Amino acid sequence: MSGTLTVYRWELRKLLSQKRTYIGLLFATAIPAIFVSTVAARNHGPQDVPFGRYVLESGLAVPLVLLTFGAYWLFPLITALVAGDIVASEDHNGTLKTILTRSLDRAPIFAGKALAACTYAFVALVAMAVVSLAGGAIISGFHPLVSLSGTTVSTGHGLVLIGASFLVYFVPILGIAAIGLVFSTIARNSAGAVVATLMLSFVLQLVAILPGLGGIKPYLLTNQFFAWHGFLRTPTDWAPITHALWVCAIWIAASLAAGVVVFVRRDVAGG
Amino acid sequence: MPAPVEARGLVKRYGEIVAVDHVDLTVAAGDVYGYLGPNGAGKTTSLRMLLGLIKPNEGSVRLFGRDPLVEGARALQGVAGFVEEPRFYPYLSARKNLELLAAYDGGGARERIDSVLDIVELRDRAKDKVRGYSHGMRQRLGIAGALLRDPRLLLLDEPTTGLDPAGIRDMRDLVRRLAEQGMTIVLSSHILAEVEALCDRVGILRRGRVVFEGALSELRSAGGGTYALRTTDQRRALELCEAHAGLSGVRQDDGAVRFSAPEEAVASLSIALGDADVGILALVPHMPTLEELFFDVTESDEADRAPAGAAQAGS
Ligand SMILES: Nc1ncnc2c1ncn2[C@@H]1O[C@H](COP(=O)(O)OP(=O)(O)OP(=O)(O)O)[C@@H](O)[C@H]1O
Ligand SMILES: [Mg+2]
Repeated sequence: MSGTLTVYRWELRKLLSQKRTYIGLLFATAIPAIFVSTVAARNHGPQDVPFGRYVLESGLAVPLVLLTFGAYWLFPLITALVAGDIVASEDHNGTLKTILTRSLDRAPIFAGKALAACTYAFVALVAMAVVSLAGGAIISGFHPLVSLSGTTVSTGHGLVLIGASFLVYFVPILGIAAIGLVFSTIARNSAGAVVATLMLSFVLQLVAILPGLGGIKPYLLTNQFFAWHGFLRTPTDWAPITHALWVCAIWIAASLAAGVVVFVRRDVAGG
Repeated sequence: MPAPVEARGLVKRYGEIVAVDHVDLTVAAGDVYGYLGPNGAGKTTSLRMLLGLIKPNEGSVRLFGRDPLVEGARALQGVAGFVEEPRFYPYLSARKNLELLAAYDGGGARERIDSVLDIVELRDRAKDKVRGYSHGMRQRLGIAGALLRDPRLLLLDEPTTGLDPAGIRDMRDLVRRLAEQGMTIVLSSHILAEVEALCDRVGILRRGRVVFEGALSELRSAGGGTYALRTTDQRRALELCEAHAGLSGVRQDDGAVRFSAPEEAVASLSIALGDADVGILALVPHMPTLEELFFDVTESDEADRAPAGAAQAGS
């Protein structure tokens, strides 16, 4: 356990010293900022996205629109950027042999890296929540929100629901991070792992819209990015939320198990 | 106490290539062991297996009696070293890199950072990012990283490669100093002079196989000498030499019969020549230099020495 924490702490320090970290955070904050300024400039919200119509009525709608938006490529990208890099870049730079010849076993090293990748995705998600809420407050102010069921939700309760939605949204992000880690342990360079993670998330989204494959749609990782809708119905619809939790748990467990097995057993022949 | 290194029957294959082919290695405490071989002989691959970085296809490794495949990092207790170039995080300073390694080592490694930086004379450059380090500085930082572990066994893979003459001298002085303090050192190299200057025992690797293991003095005597023989009847002498037990590589050139043989065989040959009424005009020994012996064991083309896989891959 202390080994995992040691690795985790140093992985965070390394993230803070790398440019790529800030590129992901820039995406997470710039995109809501651009969205808000575009809406304000054109005085018109997107019509075909849940809550899109309400962005000019309540700032609370802005983070919710961005959740939908972020599911397609933004969060898969930000997550993959670090999760896909975190092992592969060490392989590529030859530092894997440096850290694997010390006193820590491979499993805690993998665990520390996995924790760091998840922490990073969480920070990016919080950054997006903060910027989109602030942007929403600036252009529309915090006003009661119209839920997906057509009922009105007070501002205070709306904020709680937004918090809950972001938390549930974080679960499939963990799944993407776990998949990124697997690719990262298999690939020998980080670009390959990042692209593979993104491609997989696109393929899952593609499978969801292919005719005849509707039956597996509820079990796709990327579909769980919409489970938070359950919070914005009255009464709260827990079914998609609990479903997302166990579907994601399976994706995460399977990916992490595969990742740790590969990492513990693999030859470190490079560098 | 178990030996610092005990490897038995190590085999590592990469597809058709047998990089390491049934290698046995034993390094006793206090040895400075030279692991010699030409490029591609399998030195780095062997060291990677010792450090647990790659898994042998066959065979086993014990470091102080512990198997890295079974005990993981615990088998590296008291062991440090690196293969090929030491690598660090380029975006961190040298000191930060060492702090990271010390954290991964645990124990008192952190308190040793300043002293190891002093040993490799990098203290005043320690706050610079490793990105800007020269090859020689990285090599020294690699040594510092290894010494952080306060090892009893140090594995170094061609530590002087790419260093300038002063760097080579400093590195050799350092290895000598560490050995004097009682550290067991395995040093791979393809430079015979380096091994001659530093090591007491050598293992010579050729295409994945150990073709010689022992003290340098044994290598000298094992090679035996070659002799040039001139007699009153060269035709008859050649026949006798070819028939005589213990002689090898018998040939005639430059008006002399040449052969290699251990001393006892030479003695009995001179008697046989006398018995056959062949007068000896000259029987001149030629003792090979270590360099020649090295080439002899690493370049001889005897079929039984060629590893099957490598031979096919090459043609
Ligand atoms: N990861 C790998 N994949 C494929 N072949 C490899 C790999 N690592 C080593 N080899 C092969 O194994 C053989 C031994 O390589 P190794 O690096 O151990 O030699 P070496 O003795 O260290 O040589 P050098 O003096 O050039 O460093 C070579 O034929 C090499 O091509
Ligand atoms: Mg090598």
